Amino acid sequence: MIETRGLTKTFGPRTALAGVDLSVDAREFVALVGPNGAGKTTLLRILANLARPTSGSVQIGGLDLAAPSEAARRQIGFLSHRTLLYNDLTAEQNLRFYAQMYDIDPASPRIRRVLERVGLGLRKGDLVQTFSRGMRQRLSVARAVLHEPQVLLLDEPYTGLDPQAVDMVRSLLTELTGAGSTVLLTTHRLGHALTAGQRILVLHHGRVVYDRPGDRVDAASFSATYRTLTQ
Amino acid sequence: MDYVRKVAAIIEKDIAAELHTREMISAMLVFSALATLIFSFALDLRGELAEAAAPGVLWSTIAFAGTLGLSRSMAREKETGCIDGLLLAPVDRTAIFFGKAVGNLLFMSVVEVALLPLFSVLFDVGLMRARILVVLVLGTVGYAAVGTLLAAIAVNTRAREVMLPVLLLPLAVPVLIAAVRATGALLEGAALSQAAGWIRILVVYDLVIVAVSLLTFGYVVEE
Repeated sequence: MIETRGLTKTFGPRTALAGVDLSVDAREFVALVGPNGAGKTTLLRILANLARPTSGSVQIGGLDLAAPSEAARRQIGFLSHRTLLYNDLTAEQNLRFYAQMYDIDPASPRIRRVLERVGLGLRKGDLVQTFSRGMRQRLSVARAVLHEPQVLLLDEPYTGLDPQAVDMVRSLLTELTGAGSTVLLTTHRLGHALTAGQRILVLHHGRVVYDRPGDRVDAASFSATYRTLTQ
Repeated sequence: MDYVRKVAAIIEKDIAAELHTREMISAMLVFSALATLIFSFALDLRGELAEAAAPGVLWSTIAFAGTLGLSRSMAREKETGCIDGLLLAPVDRTAIFFGKAVGNLLFMSVVEVALLPLFSVLFDVGLMRARILVVLVLGTVGYAAVGTLLAAIAVNTRAREVMLPVLLLPLAVPVLIAAVRATGALLEGAALSQAAGWIRILVVYDLVIVAVSLLTFGYVVEE
C-alpha cells in the first residue's frame, strides 16, 4: 500500500531523509518512532504529497506520487502536528467543508457519525477557537478519517489528548485497520508505539535503523535498544 | 460541475468564517471610511478640482483597503495549516485560486458598495453611473486576482504583512493607472469610446493576470 525507494530529502546543507526504503502492506498498523529531528514529519509530508522528495520514489496504493492525481489524494488521510482546521468555523462547518472537498455525498450522516465517534457530537455548533487543545486534536482526527481513506498518515496523533481520548483514538484506528485502512503513525513516545503498532520502525538521522513486527519486540528491553540506536 | 462546487465551497467557507468574526470586512470598511474622510477634509476640493482628484483618491483607498483583506484572507489559510488541508484534498489547484480570488473580490465589492455613496457625498462627484461601475468591476477583478496570487507568496515569508504591499503595488500599477484614468475620463463626462483605451487595458490586464495565476498558483502554494 505504501512503497518508497531511495527516498531522500535535503534542506540546503541539512539532510532530513537519507535514503528511506519502506514497504507497508494494506491493513498494516505501523508505528514510526525516532528522536526530534529524525525526519519523521518530513517522511509523512512526502507520503502525504505535501512535500516533494529530493530523490527517490513514492507509491501509494500503486499510484506514483511523482505525478500526483486526485485519485491518489483521495486515498490519503493526514493528521499533521497543526490542526488543519479553521478556527473561525464551527466543528460541523469545518467537516462539511472538507466533505465538499472530498465529494462526500450525503455528508450529514458521515459528519454526525464521525463527530460522535470522537466525542464532539454535542459541540458540533461551537467555533473551533473555543476548543481546548485536546478537542482540536480529536476534531483533527475526525477530519483526517472523514473521507474513509485507504492510507492514514498520523503525525503524533496522541499529542494533547487525555488518557480517555488516547484510548478512543486508538480504538478508532484499530477499527479503521480492521476495515481495510493502512495506518502509519509517528510518535516519540515508545509506550504509544509499542501499544499501537503491529510493526515498529525507528528512524534516526533520516534512515530506518530498526524494523520489526510488534509482537517480536521485547517491550522491557526496547527502551534500551532505542537509546542505543539513536545515540 | 465538481469543479464549480468546490470553488463555491471555498467561497462559502470564507464568507462563513468572516460572518463569525467580521474582522476582515470591518477593518477594510473602517480604513476606507477614514481614508475618504481624511482626504476629503485635507484636500477640501469642489467642482472640477474634486473631479480631477477623486479617481486617484478612490483607487488608492480601494487598493489599500483591498490589501488589508487580501493579507488576512490568506493568513487564515496559513495560521493552522489549513492550506495543507486544501492541498491534500482531491481538488484542482486552480479551483483553490478561483475560490480565494472570488471570495476576495466579493469582500472588496462589499467595501466598494459602502464606500461609493460616502465618497460621492464627500467629494461631491457622481460615481453612481453604470459606466463607472464597469470600470470599478474591471479594476477590482484585476486587483483581487493579482492580490490573491501575491498574498499566497507573501504568506510564506516571515514579514508577510509588509511583503504583500511591497510585492503587490508594483505589479498592480497598470491596473491602478488604467482604472484611475478611465474613472477620471468618465467622471469628466467623456464618452465611453474616449475611455475605451484604458478600459481595454483593464480587460487585457484581467485576462493576463488570471491566466498567469492559473498557471502558477499550484507552484506558489505547494512546497
